[in-house]
Amino acid sequence: MPTRSTRSGRRALRRQMEGSQAVAAAVARCRPEVISAYPISPQTHIVEGLSDLVRTGELAPCEYLMVESEFAAMSAAIGASAAGARAYTATASQGLLYMVEALYNASGLGLPIVMTVANRAIGAPINIWNDHSDSMSQRDSGWIQLYAETTQEAVDLHVQAFKLAEELSLPVMVCMDGFILTHAYEAVDVPTQEQVDAILPPFEPRQLLDPDEPVTIGAMVGPEAFAEVKYLMHAKQMQALDLVPEIASEFSQAFGRSSGGLIHPYRSADADTIVVALGSVLGTIEEVVDELREQGVKIGAVGIRCFRPYPLEEIRASLQHARRIVVIEKAFAVGIGGIVGQNVRLALSGLGAQVHDVVAGLGGRAITKRSLHRLLADALGDRLEPGRLTFLDLDWELVERELRRTREKRRSGPHAENILRDLGVVASGSH
Amino acid sequence: MPEQPIKLYQVGTFAVGNRLLDPEQRSVQARMERSNTLTSGHRACQGCGEALGARYALDAAMRATGGRLIAANATGCLEVFSTPYPESSWQLPWLHSLFGNAPAVATGIAAALKVKGRTDVRVIGQGGDGGTMDIGFACLSGMFERNDDVLYICYDNEAYMNTGVQRSSATPPAARTANTKPVGSEPGNVFGQGKSAPLIAMAHEIPYVATATVAELRDLEYKIERAMEFHGARYVHVFVPCPLGWGCASNDTIRIARLVKETGLFPVFEAEHGEVVSVSKIRRRVPVEEYLRPQRRYAHLFGDPPRTDVIERIQATADRNIRRFGLLDDEGAS
Amino acid sequence: MFQVRIHGRGGQGVVTAAELLSVAAFGEGRHAQAFPTFGSERTGAPVVAFCRIDDKEIRLREPITDPDAVIVQDPTLLHQVDLFVGLGTEGYLLVNTSRSFAELGLDEFVRRFRAERLLTVPATEIAREHLGRPVPNAVLLGSFAALAGVVSLESVRAAILEKFPGETGRRNVAAAEAAYAHTQHEIGAPSPA
Repeated sequence: MPTRSTRSGRRALRRQMEGSQAVAAAVARCRPEVISAYPISPQTHIVEGLSDLVRTGELAPCEYLMVESEFAAMSAAIGASAAGARAYTATASQGLLYMVEALYNASGLGLPIVMTVANRAIGAPINIWNDHSDSMSQRDSGWIQLYAETTQEAVDLHVQAFKLAEELSLPVMVCMDGFILTHAYEAVDVPTQEQVDAILPPFEPRQLLDPDEPVTIGAMVGPEAFAEVKYLMHAKQMQALDLVPEIASEFSQAFGRSSGGLIHPYRSADADTIVVALGSVLGTIEEVVDELREQGVKIGAVGIRCFRPYPLEEIRASLQHARRIVVIEKAFAVGIGGIVGQNVRLALSGLGAQVHDVVAGLGGRAITKRSLHRLLADALGDRLEPGRLTFLDLDWELVERELRRTREKRRSGPHAENILRDLGVVASGSH
Repeated sequence: MPEQPIKLYQVGTFAVGNRLLDPEQRSVQARMERSNTLTSGHRACQGCGEALGARYALDAAMRATGGRLIAANATGCLEVFSTPYPESSWQLPWLHSLFGNAPAVATGIAAALKVKGRTDVRVIGQGGDGGTMDIGFACLSGMFERNDDVLYICYDNEAYMNTGVQRSSATPPAARTANTKPVGSEPGNVFGQGKSAPLIAMAHEIPYVATATVAELRDLEYKIERAMEFHGARYVHVFVPCPLGWGCASNDTIRIARLVKETGLFPVFEAEHGEVVSVSKIRRRVPVEEYLRPQRRYAHLFGDPPRTDVIERIQATADRNIRRFGLLDDEGAS
Repeated sequence: MFQVRIHGRGGQGVVTAAELLSVAAFGEGRHAQAFPTFGSERTGAPVVAFCRIDDKEIRLREPITDPDAVIVQDPTLLHQVDLFVGLGTEGYLLVNTSRSFAELGLDEFVRRFRAERLLTVPATEIAREHLGRPVPNAVLLGSFAALAGVVSLESVRAAILEKFPGETGRRNVAAAEAAYAHTQHEIGAPSPA
């Protein structure tokens, strides 16, 4: 098995492995003490991997709870964290929504839980494939949100996440694209136990349920103090803007590779046009940037690694010289438009750049180099309507057909089934 | 020499420090070293059955565990009146998370203690009937099924009291609540099948299940201490009258709790691993009417004309309980 | 970059085949990326898996639309799913069947390709012989190693043994080796080590 020495001299293990298994191994090295697991595609291989590690004793001491729902998963993590244990769980999509009440509870109570979100679309219609609608729906929950571009980064971000969470006493979600990263086989350096121990000390809670020093946690707070408590949560998250790069730097020195941080610029320093995105699509985007650069186009990309807290200053600094910004995002805010796009506009307020919101990859639709080239050609040719949400590769004919149906008949039927039938999927049984 | 069985009443708070009892059998409340786990200063209503039950239950649990106890509390009356910002009347480590997750939070705490080798510290989850039997039911069942080392205590005042007396799955038939008012042809709550949390707990085959009322406080204490002798999932369901929600006098709390048992409407028993092991017999059986009258939530049954048909149906439920649980001893009710 | 697309049905080890191929390439010091398309897990449903192999880091994240090689693990897919979309005339095609391309109704189709880059191989039969089970994936990898020369038989061997330790691994290796030999014979190529 190929190994490689890191700069620090300790031998890391580089393996060709499934993303989920790599994340499971990395999480295990972080010595979680309580793992609460409820299965949902596409996170299942992570919790299964961790289950194996606990059963064989490779991850010990660790209590692995097979809970009855995602709501229970986060609730058990809350109890465990408050009782002083390093707690971890993983979910996606519908599961994330099912635990929303508990998400806000965890961040409100300041519990440093780490959770993997294997990004997946939210129904209805039910869809198991990747997009960012799940984690984006929780961007205001008070959780820190980190987005991995590659499997290696997903591995590294989990180590950084525990450290970040415990230093700030805030929960952190590490987002990795479902199926695209979780189920892909790639070469990964899984940190050794010694490497992780050197960077991540044992959990020292700021608050603890301890019979020797009883405390009451979770009391009601009325109008006289609620605003202050909530402000503190905001202030703590803002501290992450300093701590995230610090921890990324510490990680880089220990492991000899760059992972995480707030943003990741790619050939953007002298670019006229900059593409902004989160997650694995950045890999494809970087390929396209390289190809366009070869044609002499001054284009670059900025990947947002830390979406919450929002690194407004860093994003502004990385984009302010560009004339044209194309934000490509895998979710959108129904009734208003792009989410990341709005956030980017906020960072660029007062500047003259044109910002285009492009929604792509919803429900797992592949974002291809071909489509990106077409899109960017339109952007570069000023053919994208400014201020209008662009849906990449949307089949307008299908949409029109369904809209016509709804105009013609009151009992027009469910949209999803109608469109599937138009596509020949439902009746034909070909796939 | 002829023998005559003499029925003794347990009188309740006045006799709690009864000097005729062996010191070991005296109530925890009679001891100087009681924990006062739920100490004074909380904002419960006058006559609150839940405050009474919680105080006895938790002090008994603290005694049984040498004060090594952590509690997870659901949202509800108990949580609200015990932690009025900026004060808390809890003298043990106490966590309130959400309405529906107290059992799961308790599970998490127990897991943390286990992984850290803190075998000396025990865990209680507690909540009202709403948080336990409705919104928290899935988490409760999950905790039971996994046999997590948690004692869950449900304080059942038969409605969502904290939010203004709305109906829960524990609300008995014909009872008035804010959304089961005595209007229309079927006044009060519907006559359904009921939802017996203790029987459901028994169906999970957990080590220990018990019911108790605040009329027999030593019995409540005994059951909590007994529960603490087991490891694994345990459930104690405590009947706690709510003067405000039920419309009864605040000094009638204990009396009403005694009446619910003596009618047979609330069977008091213990079960281990799914089988009933002891039943607390009715001492002096009373018709359900005697229990219903002091509560304004049943006032509509005693109007002009009275709803004897409804009262008869309630009586039938009591009769069924008596038969099903064997609540009368061989000599029958006197 | 060399891109392989593998078609089959759920339960035939299509996804594993792509993974093994990526491990084999990794073992040779190259970069490889393998991933499946996903439906809900269901035996018998059409499955597609992909493997990219390159000498530099692979950043691209999209299904393979222009494969350099297509491997078909289940010939019953042939006239149901478009298995060959994007496969150029220089491409490799490996089909698991005991019949010939002509018997499959593909003789017209395969004429546009280079003859030495096409092959049918009775992988299910070979698998049954060596493994006792009709799982053709390792067999097809052995055959592919000979056909395309993108990964060596040795790398395929190592990948199989890493994933399937013990008797299962050994038998799968034997099956792959048999397929390799068979393929070499069929295409008449000299054997690399």
